[in-house]
Amino acid sequence: MSEVITVNLKIWRQESPEKSGYFEEYTQKITTEASFLEMIDLLNEDLNSQGLEPVAIESDCREGICGTCGVMINGQAHGPRKATTTCQLHMREFSDGDEIVIEPFRAISFPVIRDLVVDRSPFDQIIESGGYISVNTGAASDANLTPVPKEAADQAFDAAACIGCGACVAACPNSAAQLFTSAKLAHMASLPQGQPERWKRTEMMVGTMEEFFGSCTNHGECHEACPKEINLDFIAFMNRDYMKAKVKNRALSGQR
Amino acid sequence: MTQTTSERYRVKPIRDRRREWPFPLNLYQTAVGRKWVMAVTGIGLLGFVLIHMIGNLHVYEGPAKMHEYAESLRNLGSGILPRSLILWLLRLGLMVMFGLHLHSAITLKEMSRKSSLNASFQGGEKKYAGGREYIAASYASRTMRWTGPIIALFLIYHLADLTWGWWLGSEFVPGDPYHNLYSSLSRIPVAIFYVIANMALAWHIFHGAWSMFQSLGINNPKYNHLRKGFAASFAGLILLGNLSFPIMTQANLIDEEERLCQVSIGNTDEILACLTKQLEDH
Repeated sequence: MSEVITVNLKIWRQESPEKSGYFEEYTQKITTEASFLEMIDLLNEDLNSQGLEPVAIESDCREGICGTCGVMINGQAHGPRKATTTCQLHMREFSDGDEIVIEPFRAISFPVIRDLVVDRSPFDQIIESGGYISVNTGAASDANLTPVPKEAADQAFDAAACIGCGACVAACPNSAAQLFTSAKLAHMASLPQGQPERWKRTEMMVGTMEEFFGSCTNHGECHEACPKEINLDFIAFMNRDYMKAKVKNRALSGQR
Repeated sequence: MTQTTSERYRVKPIRDRRREWPFPLNLYQTAVGRKWVMAVTGIGLLGFVLIHMIGNLHVYEGPAKMHEYAESLRNLGSGILPRSLILWLLRLGLMVMFGLHLHSAITLKEMSRKSSLNASFQGGEKKYAGGREYIAASYASRTMRWTGPIIALFLIYHLADLTWGWWLGSEFVPGDPYHNLYSSLSRIPVAIFYVIANMALAWHIFHGAWSMFQSLGINNPKYNHLRKGFAASFAGLILLGNLSFPIMTQANLIDEEERLCQVSIGNTDEILACLTKQLEDH
């Protein structure tokens, strides 16, 4: 059943990366059927009509698959509901009179662009340093030419579910990006197509990750925050592959 | 694969990739490699803690047996090598492992702190104004950097107390660990300190003995469920054994009244000779 509730919002406002930010308080009446982002949209409409600056917040697909909309809601990445992105969060998770604190994702390598929008391009830089496979273009080979074991395909798919939203870094007390990087690595290392560049890729992506982010202490907060429930097992997988990449004689990589 | 061209990006790396050291030292330059070092030294230190605890159970066999155990440590490999050489090599190994464990922990923590600088910090932890509630992180994992220093300080105290005899003064008898242990732990503040320090140690092990599997990449869904159980039982075993010493001393189960070789009989050599004779008579 839908009802109309009133929530007290405490939203982080910051004009630009250089300026210091502050919390601004708002009160918003909203039906519980509305999504979280719709609630912000309505707030912004009100602000606009009053001639005030609307709250900057990122969103794109609004169906939980693009990873654009992440914010910290009451200290939790993507809000209180498990395995849910901010855009898929609905106001029925809150009750009348609740105070909702909305902050951007925090890490030194996620600088705030404006209000709740952060620059997550270090993730792009991690991908750019190795998160791809190299294939010759031209005549495409038959899709079924390379058999993949069902378990490996499942695992690659689980890892590929990562939408790169940055919730893992935001939730991590160390601001470590292990869960993101390991998911991207496991996605390709599980499949035959990812094998030729596997060791170089692991070295490069971990190297880039460590230029930007902190060090993992195995708290497990990232997995809890992750809207796609990426498993901690991938982090162990990455640690193992990284050491193999460093130690292995690649001239003998045909020998397992 | 080419190096990232970061010119297109506004967010710059907060640390540079330094020139690579020769293998295997280059492993220590990376955070993932450093976590390996932490896990491997952690395993070594776990082994020490376990053997130390089991060895000390000899105290329940009385002063003579405890003396024999201490002597046998010094006599390790004595038929071939000079006396105490193996013991000193083991001590050296422990010092190296402890140093590396500490150094990697401190530098990795610093790396994480620098990566979270624009978040507010309370009690050394990244905090959000929305009141961050931990969901997965256990109390043990969040307090590693508090239990660690407690253990390090305790270690120094423990060495000064029972190896160097700083606080026991004339009561300290080198080579008679039973007497030294009794004299030290029969003082209530010391006993309390030992209890606290060993609880910190068990907390530390509770997270560390699980976390090391992740750091080493030892992960298999077939046995993953056993890892937490292993860590809990290891920590519990160490806690049980180590707590028994201060508690049993306070409960007078370790005491000196029944002792055949009373410490008052004379100087150190006479006490040790008496203990050796008691062993031979036995």
